[in-house]
Amino acid sequence: MSKMKTFLNGIINENPSFVQLLGMCPLLAVSTSLKNAVGMGLTATLVLICSNAVISLLRKLIPGKIRIASYIIIIAGFVTMIQMLLKAYLPEINNALGVFIPLIVVNCIILARAEAFASKNGVLLSILDGAGMGLGFTLGLSVLAVIREILGAGQIFGFNLFGENFQGVTMLILAPGGFLTLGIVIGIIQLVRSKKKEGGKK
Amino acid sequence: MMGNLFVIAITAILMENFVLSKFLGICPFLGVSKKLKTALGMGAAVTFVIVLSAIVTWCVQRFLLVPLKLEYLQTIAFILIIASLVQFVEMALMKLVPPLYESLGIYLPLITTNCAVLGSAILIQDNNYTFIEGVVYAFASSIGFMLAMVMFAGVRERLEDSDIPEFLKGFPITLISASLLSLAFFGFQGLKF
Repeated sequence: MSKMKTFLNGIINENPSFVQLLGMCPLLAVSTSLKNAVGMGLTATLVLICSNAVISLLRKLIPGKIRIASYIIIIAGFVTMIQMLLKAYLPEINNALGVFIPLIVVNCIILARAEAFASKNGVLLSILDGAGMGLGFTLGLSVLAVIREILGAGQIFGFNLFGENFQGVTMLILAPGGFLTLGIVIGIIQLVRSKKKEGGKK
Repeated sequence: MMGNLFVIAITAILMENFVLSKFLGICPFLGVSKKLKTALGMGAAVTFVIVLSAIVTWCVQRFLLVPLKLEYLQTIAFILIIASLVQFVEMALMKLVPPLYESLGIYLPLITTNCAVLGSAILIQDNNYTFIEGVVYAFASSIGFMLAMVMFAGVRERLEDSDIPEFLKGFPITLISASLLSLAFFGFQGLKF
């Protein structure tokens, strides 16, 4: 696979949020505003790139039997570093994301990429794969956040869009809205995909 | 004292349900809730591990990390404890209670990456709970997890027979029904103590 293809694979064809359906917990929980979504997405991307790079470097040294445990420790190490950086430089984002920063450790996307890609490929390809998957996750988060923030609060990035009198659908920024928005978005993606397939047959 | 524990328990089960309002443990919630029986099995296994890991992580945090000023190692320490606990529970069950192991077997390794387990261990520390409060919180929130799983399994068993538009089949309709269940649980927010 070429380098560009590896990078784009994670963003479009195998988007972790909409196609592989991995990492649902943070996807639903922090997509209440675009700011949180981008913060979460980029944090996870950084962890993915670093952990993919290190795991790919160590792939011949780690014994097969304890590989999952080793991956988790490597990932946990990077998450701790990034958590400390966020606490020091971006305390606002750190407070908004709360428990979901340490929970990046158990995000299935990162472990899945370590197991499926980084343990089998070279460093450069693994870094590109990590960046692609991470940005795909950020894209998924942002799509949900834009829908939920505009319709739910009438805002985008904290700016009021529709003036003072706008009454948002508050439900959308609360828990039920997360499930509903994701369900509808995935439904639409399935619809588009099946239409494309039918078109291909004709 | 008792009243305080009761408030923690009811809050964790109903008002701040792990799955339906905190979004912790969504993967097993959507993955293994197709049948009532598997949902119950997963719920029981998770309850066991959450309570056990809450006890161990609380002690490690209080007696090891804080005195040694190693609080920043919390995430790494907790995930290591959980991973080894899961392994240990798996081995113990295999030796001591083979029938239970048979029925839970496949779910046990999955629990390591269940964010409800790490999440509850971290939330107990964030909320500064005492030991008893922490254990009650862990037990109640895993009961909440099990409750959501079992209710949702019932909904999904019915969904199998219903006529759903083609493009919503599978994952989307599952999420939309989860949204309705979550909306129902939202009603409990009105409870005030």
